[in-house]
Amino acid sequence: MAIRRLFIANRGEIAVRVVRSAKALGIETVQAHSEADAEMLAVRLADRAVCIGPAAARHSYLNIDAVVGAARDAGCDAVHPGYGFLAENAAFAEAVEAAGMIFVGPSPDTIRTMGDKAAARAAAIAAGVPVVPGSDGRLADVAAAVEAAEAIGYPVMIKAAAGGGGRGIRVADSADDLRRLVPQAQAEAQAAFGDGGFYLERVVRDARHIEVQIVGDGSRAVHCFERECSLQRRRQKVWEEAPAACLDDATRAELCRSAVALAESVGYRGAGTLEYLYEPATGAFFFIEMNTRIQVEHPVTEMVTGVDLIAEMIRVAGGAPLSLRQEDIRLTGHAVEVRINAEDPANNFMPFPGVVGALSIPEGEGLRFDGMIYEGYAIPPFYDSLLGKLIVHGPDRAAAIDRLAAALRDLRVDGVKTTAPLHVALAADPAVRAGDFHTQFLEPWLAGRSLAAE
Amino acid sequence: MPEIRSPLPGTFYRAAAPGEPPFKKEGDAVAVGDVIGLVEVMKSFMEVKADAAGTIARFLVENEQPVTAGAVLAELEG
Repeated sequence: MAIRRLFIANRGEIAVRVVRSAKALGIETVQAHSEADAEMLAVRLADRAVCIGPAAARHSYLNIDAVVGAARDAGCDAVHPGYGFLAENAAFAEAVEAAGMIFVGPSPDTIRTMGDKAAARAAAIAAGVPVVPGSDGRLADVAAAVEAAEAIGYPVMIKAAAGGGGRGIRVADSADDLRRLVPQAQAEAQAAFGDGGFYLERVVRDARHIEVQIVGDGSRAVHCFERECSLQRRRQKVWEEAPAACLDDATRAELCRSAVALAESVGYRGAGTLEYLYEPATGAFFFIEMNTRIQVEHPVTEMVTGVDLIAEMIRVAGGAPLSLRQEDIRLTGHAVEVRINAEDPANNFMPFPGVVGALSIPEGEGLRFDGMIYEGYAIPPFYDSLLGKLIVHGPDRAAAIDRLAAALRDLRVDGVKTTAPLHVALAADPAVRAGDFHTQFLEPWLAGRSLAAE
Repeated sequence: MPEIRSPLPGTFYRAAAPGEPPFKKEGDAVAVGDVIGLVEVMKSFMEVKADAAGTIARFLVENEQPVTAGAVLAELEG
């Protein structure tokens, strides 16, 4: 059943993106909004808009009854959840289906399985996808640790079974290290948590965050190659690119093949992303988790493959088979996306809500801006700080970064501070330009710099 | 009458977490620099500190209510 009227249960730039793709498919759009979001761009662009509750997200965008009720009352036959909010909430997907509508995404069971780290890891192992090797649960003593480490491979992390947040982690490069460090780790865990239990996990050195975009129709799945998102601050991605410059063709092919195998093994429907850690020194990659939704950084994939991921996820949600064959999906050039957030990079990234003044968005060949702002728009303080994403495409990585630097010079968002000065500095940085970074690169890099606007 | 204003727009919280006691109640003494609440702005939490000493006469904004930048959150006596 093709979708005729779509409810967009999200806000900001992704709501704008979904409204535009749906309209291009000839689908009527009904945009949800909170009381604080009546003036947002997606409300202006959609065919209709419905208020779903007060400013606080838990009373509006996170309120399952309010969202499902509004969608049903508006006569919608499907709900697009965007990202964040209820996008990976299995109970929400169930409620949408129970109300007789289509959830634009995977089945509630898939969301539940892949949203549980242990279940997702088990599914990956069953599909033959490599995961970060570790001991099978707790280890009894030093001898057991040495035996387990032989199978896992050094270096290994010794982690407290009762711990969390990285506390008490020690790294052992050899069996001698392990004999020395395990008793220390046990004693420390006993003191800190009242439980000296420990386990081992392989260290992924200089890990790079690489993720594979897949789309499935419930039986068949294809990949749209990978993205690299290693430049992160406080675990938030700030700069994303496609493809990952650090991979050779054989590794890329094996990585993407593993993602399709896992997606097909769970009968995946819709757009999804499998996240991996990649270790440059060994060329090894390890599955860590799956996001069962569209992602913020999906445009870099669209730029290098020409696939409209939002349109494809809407089509398969309506019951159509995948319109894509794997052999037709080709990589062309290189794309980079940077997140333009309402934050002041010169003041520890302090949020900076305000009213958008004069606005100049660069346009031209190889440029795209997915945004939610217009001149005179008052950015509400109640939600995240993402104003838009500047995406560039070029024949190769160096050309794409040059294009990014030029586009950033032409971008002007008066009235608020944005993260643009961070991206100007990154685009000029020799290590970034050389692709020489990993997930722990950006925070120390930031610590040594002042990022005031020019 | 001295006032304590919100430094940023956002959502005002009188306690560190739901179920926790409020940072300050009406009638409590405050010193310069005392935290009287939090403002959540774009998913970040900022402490609101008193910039004058005195006793809290009353709060003008309830817990979990939206506030604008510069809005008076509390009035102090003496």
